[in-house]
Amino acid sequence: MNKISGLETIQPAVESSRIQRRAARQQGQRWRILLDKLAGQGMGAITLAACALIIIVGYVLITRAWPLISTRTPGTLIFSDAWHPSQGEFGFWAFIMGSASVTLLAMLIAVPAALFSAIYLAEYSRARAVLKPLLDVLASIPSVIYGLWGVLFVVPLVRDHVSPWADRFLGDAIPFFANHNPTGYGLLSGSFVLAIMVFPIIVSVTDEVLRSVPQGMREASLALGATEWETTKLVVVRKALPGIIAATVLGFSRAFGETLAVLMVAGNVVQVPRSLFDAVYTLPALIANNYGEMMSIPMYDAALMAAALILLVVVLVFNIMARLILIHLSQESKA
Amino acid sequence: MDSVVSQLSIQDLNVWYGGQHALKNITLEIPRHEITAIIGPSGCGKTTLLKSLNRLIELNPHTRVTGQVLLDGENIYAPGVDVTQIRARVGLLAQKPFPLPMSIYDNVAYGPRIHGLKNGRMDDLVQHYLEAVELWDEVKDRLKSPATGLSVGQQQRLCLARALAVKPEILLCDESTSALDPISARAVERLLSSLKNEYTVVMVTHALRQAHRMADHVIFLWLGELVEQGPAEQIFEHPAEARTQAYLSGEIG
Ligand SMILES: Nc1ncnc2c1ncn2[C@@H]1O[C@H](COP(=O)(O)OP(=O)(O)OP(=O)(O)O)[C@@H](O)[C@H]1O
Ligand SMILES: [Mg+2]
Repeated sequence: MNKISGLETIQPAVESSRIQRRAARQQGQRWRILLDKLAGQGMGAITLAACALIIIVGYVLITRAWPLISTRTPGTLIFSDAWHPSQGEFGFWAFIMGSASVTLLAMLIAVPAALFSAIYLAEYSRARAVLKPLLDVLASIPSVIYGLWGVLFVVPLVRDHVSPWADRFLGDAIPFFANHNPTGYGLLSGSFVLAIMVFPIIVSVTDEVLRSVPQGMREASLALGATEWETTKLVVVRKALPGIIAATVLGFSRAFGETLAVLMVAGNVVQVPRSLFDAVYTLPALIANNYGEMMSIPMYDAALMAAALILLVVVLVFNIMARLILIHLSQESKA
Repeated sequence: MDSVVSQLSIQDLNVWYGGQHALKNITLEIPRHEITAIIGPSGCGKTTLLKSLNRLIELNPHTRVTGQVLLDGENIYAPGVDVTQIRARVGLLAQKPFPLPMSIYDNVAYGPRIHGLKNGRMDDLVQHYLEAVELWDEVKDRLKSPATGLSVGQQQRLCLARALAVKPEILLCDESTSALDPISARAVERLLSSLKNEYTVVMVTHALRQAHRMADHVIFLWLGELVEQGPAEQIFEHPAEARTQAYLSGEIG
């Protein structure tokens, strides 16, 4: 009896401690689930906020540029090179052409070189372990240093050697090579510095893309008696083409938005360039040079916002275009 | 074995991957116009041996090969030998199909074009080899569409057509049916069996039944060593070595 009653008193105590433990475990469980939810949704929210940022930036730019945009036609804003802020004329054509020409020429210089370098790195080099980190270091050098290097090295080279030579031998026949600008600061210098800057980025991405081509595909080609170069050219590069295009577009949008290095060597004269050696003024340089300076001029603030808007739209459009090409190509290769 | 009938003669072949000795003193003959099966447990060096026969082994950066592989009496590892010519004569059908990133037509035409065949006769040639692998009827209306659109079994037959279009004398097959569904596997198997009138086939397989069905000649490897080789029925019915017996009965490997 005694024992039994004793047991009876112990039993509920054991029971209750078990219940407590279970409750605690459930508490812990609930906390884990909550944390899981929070983590998932929190990260989602941060991602969403980052995406929303682009919309907010766009919205702010539009509202700030609105006074100008709403009172001008696209013809006088975009397709006119009449840039007379004090008279209320804000034609961006010279800047658009400045940015476009510098960027396109830079890509023309950088992409072929980068493609061959990436092929060498991915397919042939045995020193990749050393070269790849070196490239990443190059990509991380601040643009002001490239700008300085441009001023000290590229501009004098263009001024003293390239432009006189081109002008003498080609200038008469082809206006594009005529030299009207003895300073060396201009389209070619800007493009060259820009090309050097985007080169490591394009090489790095292209190298990754080439290396993602399965080894079995190379072996299939080599086993048919193809040489390494034939295999690279006909199989690896073809397989990697969408990725190579993506790398190029990445370099393009990087170059189009690059501000400081170009600003330092491109001459910054408001004109549509006619020759390789003409000074050019790019959209980012316009904004960086003038924001906070000439704000007493009516509409100047709105004009710079409009310039920023154009910059943003061009970069976005190019990115989206590239994505569409990529999607198309990957569907084609699946189909 | 009579050296007249043997097409490939492997003499004292050793292969190292870095410090690992993957093939040890392999000496054997591979008879012409027969199917030779290489069997043995996983990691015993079957793929290594196969890739030594068309020098694809050299793609691995740290491999070292010693010894000789004589193709019709000529050492394919001799200095000055054109490796692309060797690979044109010794074709490969890999385990998984890797269609080249181009159309069905261009996949078959790839090898002939590389070896200098002009486009004039190409249509006939492509049709001939696609018919030879029984793929023509399935693809004749979409020759210009990407080869990646084919099923895996069709892709493997395309890879076979692609390999044959180079007109090799020897065809190496590394578990070429193991990634396929049973029906495609049997189709490829049947094709390979039918090839032996014109080609010497060297195949690696894990499926002993398949080796039984197809092989005329069997090579048994074990930890990088050649344990036993001989006519298929002799190896399967009366293996001389205890290790061969154990492997065939499923006790090892
Ligand atoms: N690229 C490589 N680097 C280093 N070692 C390798 C390499 N390839 C193969 N080996 C080693 O060489 C040995 C033989 O490999 P191999 O691929 O020839 O075997 P296998 O018989 O084909 O095996 P499986 O049946 O699994 O395909 C194994 O021990 C393997 O680990
Ligand atoms: Mg293998």
